[in-house]
Amino acid sequence: MKRIYANEDLCIGCRLCEIHCLVQHSKSKRIITAMMRERDTVSSRVKVQESGQVTFALQCRHCEDARCLEACMTGAISRDPDTGAVLHDADKCVGCWMCVMACPVGAIQRGAEGHVASKCDLCQGEEVPACVENCPNEALAFEERPK
Amino acid sequence: MNYLIVGNSAAAIAAVEAIRQADPRGRITLVAAEPEHTYSRPLVSYRLAGKVGDDLMSYRPADFYDRHRVETCLGEEVVAVDTDARTVTARSGRTFTYDRLLLATGGRPIVPDIDGLAGARGVFTLTSYDDARRIDAYLTEHGVKQAVVLGGGMIGLKTAEALLARGVKVTVVELADRLLSATFDREASEMLETALRKHGAAVCLGTTIERVLTSQGAVRGVRLTTGLEVYCKVIVAAIGVAPELGYLAASGIETGRGILVDDHLRTSAVGVYAAGDVAEAADMLLGGRRPIPILPLAYRQGMIAGRNMAGADQAYRGGIAMNSIEVCDLATISVGLTAVDEADGYEVLADRDAAAGAYRKVVLRDNRIVGVILIGDIDRAGLYTGLIERRTDVGRIKHLLLSSEFGLLSLDPEYRKHMVSGPGIEV
Repeated sequence: MKRIYANEDLCIGCRLCEIHCLVQHSKSKRIITAMMRERDTVSSRVKVQESGQVTFALQCRHCEDARCLEACMTGAISRDPDTGAVLHDADKCVGCWMCVMACPVGAIQRGAEGHVASKCDLCQGEEVPACVENCPNEALAFEERPK
Repeated sequence: MNYLIVGNSAAAIAAVEAIRQADPRGRITLVAAEPEHTYSRPLVSYRLAGKVGDDLMSYRPADFYDRHRVETCLGEEVVAVDTDARTVTARSGRTFTYDRLLLATGGRPIVPDIDGLAGARGVFTLTSYDDARRIDAYLTEHGVKQAVVLGGGMIGLKTAEALLARGVKVTVVELADRLLSATFDREASEMLETALRKHGAAVCLGTTIERVLTSQGAVRGVRLTTGLEVYCKVIVAAIGVAPELGYLAASGIETGRGILVDDHLRTSAVGVYAAGDVAEAADMLLGGRRPIPILPLAYRQGMIAGRNMAGADQAYRGGIAMNSIEVCDLATISVGLTAVDEADGYEVLADRDAAAGAYRKVVLRDNRIVGVILIGDIDRAGLYTGLIERRTDVGRIKHLLLSSEFGLLSLDPEYRKHMVSGPGIEV
């Protein structure tokens, strides 16, 4: 399946991916409105990690053996049978954080309002995820790679 | 291939999903004692609390069985397994045949032998949908204002929270010296006790119910071994679940505390597998086999058993006790061995700010993480879980383990490149 891959040699740590992820998942989908008025209801699902000179952006890996899906007690996390993406249904989530306990890369967070989990959905419906589309240095790629 | 699955919760559903992915043509029959469409068992306390309605109780969508072409026989309690004839018999007398059988019948709540408990009206357990409905009706019918929850583990705590949400004053009674004793230490327990008390619950540790006080057959209170008497109309027994084994007595299938399974989740009988709360499978940290009745392991075991039933050769590498529980707005995640003595060769890193509701503890042995507690800031907890499972040497990054910024970036470049680039996370 197509996944998002980070290249830490190219990442400059600008965090534009975080901003565009948040905007993409906001109600308004407008950068100023989302950043100024919606930050208590929506957060970025991609997080830039930074240590000295090394930076890279991390989001859900959509694992083949998805520990979050195994651990999800309500059935809120499922796999899209067509794309293989691991998706999260906020309506079915009760915030038990089993997925947070299980994700071995630490890519699932508690959502901005603190009651349901929040994770990358590969920007369902978009050709290219917002973080990849808006990365200024091609440090993120959306592609299929051989196993 | 004729697959028969007994059970209808996480392990059974995982097996259905795994079998159907590997074998589009085989016949799958699912038999279960409860009549409901597969529902989320951990949600029954949320249902009692009124936080989740009937419409959101389903563990899988309404068309799940159709989409996976599963023939269901719900409301059929299995009472016998004949491993020679390869049949399973239900209480109704109905018989089912199999080539591959999965036993995923779960656990039964343990009701302790306490003077006056058996038969008293107002005594419940809470592990099934039906339990939630019955407690719900009893609370309303009898105007219950006070309850005692016996057991301070996962189920007991979620039950206490649900009762508090219903306006019932709750006393939690736990025999151990701490709540969530499987994965908590005293310090973590204290923080949870504080949160519970703030929300109106009482917590009594190191004691149990000596005698149930009744009036005309109905519960009116309990006397604890400390001598304290607590008035209540309802008692919920939540001291744990035990594998359901009664139906296997004549089967010849080897059992211990649960159904004994090997590293492929096979029982001692040919073609018969077991998974979930009923299974006694490998324990990754402690060695040996023991039932670890938690949902993530039930699913994982069911998935691997299902794959192997369909012809794969996948080993189950063992489970680790772990809990994620948010009670009274305090988020906690605890994994593995946390209440250890440093004299026994463990190294303990800990940072606690009880007033702020924050606690982070990492337990190591020979530079490998064997346990973690996170309270308050639980983000990226799974990173520790992964390191425990992989037995990764963290000697070089020990100084980063307690940082709230601890992340994938803190790990060796090879490890993190594998984790972000690999197609699947194979642990």
